[in-house]
Amino acid sequence: MCGETKQAAQRNEFITSFNDPGTEPMNLRSLIWKELWQRPTPMLTSLLAVTLGVTALVAIQNITVYSEQKIAGEMDSLGANVLVLPPTVTLQDYYGADMHGQTMPEEYVTQLALARMPGVQNLAPKLCVEASVDTIPVTLAGILPRSEFEAKSAWQGLNMLASPVGSDRGCCPTATSVGGDDDPNSLATTRTVQDLGDHELILGTDIASQLGADVGDELSLLGEDFQVLTVLPATGTIDDGRLFAHLHTVQRLSGAGPVVNVIEIMACCEDAAGDLISDLSAELPETRIVTIAQVIETQVAVNGLMSRLSWVFFGILLLVGGASIASVMYANVAERRQEIGTMMALGASRQFVTRMFLGKATLLGVTGGAGGFVIGTILAALLGPHLLGVSVEPMPQLFAIGIATATLVAVAASYLPARRAAGLDPCLVFKDA
Amino acid sequence: MYQLQSVSKTYERRGQSVTALDETNLEIPAGDFVAIVGPSGSGKTTLLSLLGGMLAPTSGEILLGGQSLYDLPVEERTILRRDKIGFVFQSFNLVPWLTACENVQIPLLLAGRSGDQQQERALEMLDRVGLADRVDHRPSELSQGQQQRVALARTLANDPQVILADEPTGNLDSGTRQQVMDYLTEFHDDGRTIVMVTHDQEAAAFAGRTIRLVSGVAKDIVVPEAA
Repeated sequence: MCGETKQAAQRNEFITSFNDPGTEPMNLRSLIWKELWQRPTPMLTSLLAVTLGVTALVAIQNITVYSEQKIAGEMDSLGANVLVLPPTVTLQDYYGADMHGQTMPEEYVTQLALARMPGVQNLAPKLCVEASVDTIPVTLAGILPRSEFEAKSAWQGLNMLASPVGSDRGCCPTATSVGGDDDPNSLATTRTVQDLGDHELILGTDIASQLGADVGDELSLLGEDFQVLTVLPATGTIDDGRLFAHLHTVQRLSGAGPVVNVIEIMACCEDAAGDLISDLSAELPETRIVTIAQVIETQVAVNGLMSRLSWVFFGILLLVGGASIASVMYANVAERRQEIGTMMALGASRQFVTRMFLGKATLLGVTGGAGGFVIGTILAALLGPHLLGVSVEPMPQLFAIGIATATLVAVAASYLPARRAAGLDPCLVFKDA
Repeated sequence: MYQLQSVSKTYERRGQSVTALDETNLEIPAGDFVAIVGPSGSGKTTLLSLLGGMLAPTSGEILLGGQSLYDLPVEERTILRRDKIGFVFQSFNLVPWLTACENVQIPLLLAGRSGDQQQERALEMLDRVGLADRVDHRPSELSQGQQQRVALARTLANDPQVILADEPTGNLDSGTRQQVMDYLTEFHDDGRTIVMVTHDQEAAAFAGRTIRLVSGVAKDIVVPEAA
């Protein structure tokens, strides 16, 4: 009796003193977790496809959404601008409208000015040539300051530059027309400057830092010296990497003659949307007239295509991931037949066995969705500025979509394997006998 | 405890009917220690599966504690198995990625015991089979005899009235065999009913009663009293 009491006391002491992590209470979650880490490789491999699917969706959607927002912002700031281009030019980037290398006569500018079309507020012809400064290759854009127009009596009669914003012609206010001051930095926002000397340069912010040039510095370009008039603020466009000089100087030094690559027209919204385009086409039949709206439509269409493609990638990768998970789950059931049979012999119900597999699938889906969201967002944040010049922030709605879809796919893919596991014959535990 | 009334079990194999158990009548009283012996294919495993509520007979009735086992729905039979029947397997059937303690906790988890209850009971059972210093070891870190003792501790976890043992000494050396049989005898002495399938004459000698199965027919073997 005494011995039994002593033995019981020792047993209790052993139980109460035991505080090892190996004796943690068991539950379904810990059972799933331990099994998952016991065989991590196949599950992580199949998880990769699900994660990639969500990553593709999140990254592309994130970039396209913010790109669309940026385009909408540009649309607001640029108004209904119109580009006059050589007829064979195709155009996808508004800011690169003069980068195609094809030219048309500068006299088109005069022709347009003389046509006195209602809605035309300003004209900005450009010629773009390649040059170098101290062996550094640069892009030099020739622009015509507004003072040139004013100096020509034929154009002064048009009085078009004096047209106030929202004038009697019913123009909508635009950043283009608002920025008609004398500040040379207005080029960054209005695409024109008031004055620009024959040997003055305006530098984009990136090229200025690359050349180490600042306001007042002298730069040698195409055999002549120029003085830096100003350095433009950053615009996030290719203008940041350009030098701007007087159009006629660029024409003379490059030997291109009196030609331009593009004529930008700052037009009123209503007119541009109405008869202006057809009027311009009639006036200059040898040119191609493109509205910024058309360019933006192209960009929006590209974004839309990317967005739709992201769903296609998402769908394909999730299908691959789902098939992979189903395959791994079937293999897992086959591998664990003895283990599952033992559990059923010990009293595990079919529901318990089903929950074991679907719980594991849920864990994989949630992990894949969350991982895909994090990786996709990081990718978008890294690639967005480089690919499309947009800064990207996390989109919580994509987190919800990613997790919900990945979980749904993982659970759906595991449903049949889970049913197979739950339908196993517990008698198989005796088959060794 | 168990009553088998005209129990038959036939299987269809490649279009042919195979009789594993043929019109068997058997009574196993509570507290009995029965060894079932017989050649391979004689129906021993089938009988154990039928007694465990895992294989419905083709005909006849199996009563456990007066309750017809196969008149119960599958879910209730699972609960009955969990609460009243313990299993010992030839190859131990421990979950390889769980520790000894966690393996013993499985039946307790399935019975819905709390974490503290699981832990306390599992440690108590492991202590009883002399493995208090191996609770944190995985099966691969234990000897065959130790693995079977973990399995015995798992069997006892839910304090079953019946223990069904399938060749419990089949994978063990003679020393460990004796140890396992001593534990089974101890469990029998606690008042449990034990039904053990075995090929091992020495193991069968621990039982109070031996039933020989030949071609699906059960016959009691009368062991002569020792002189």
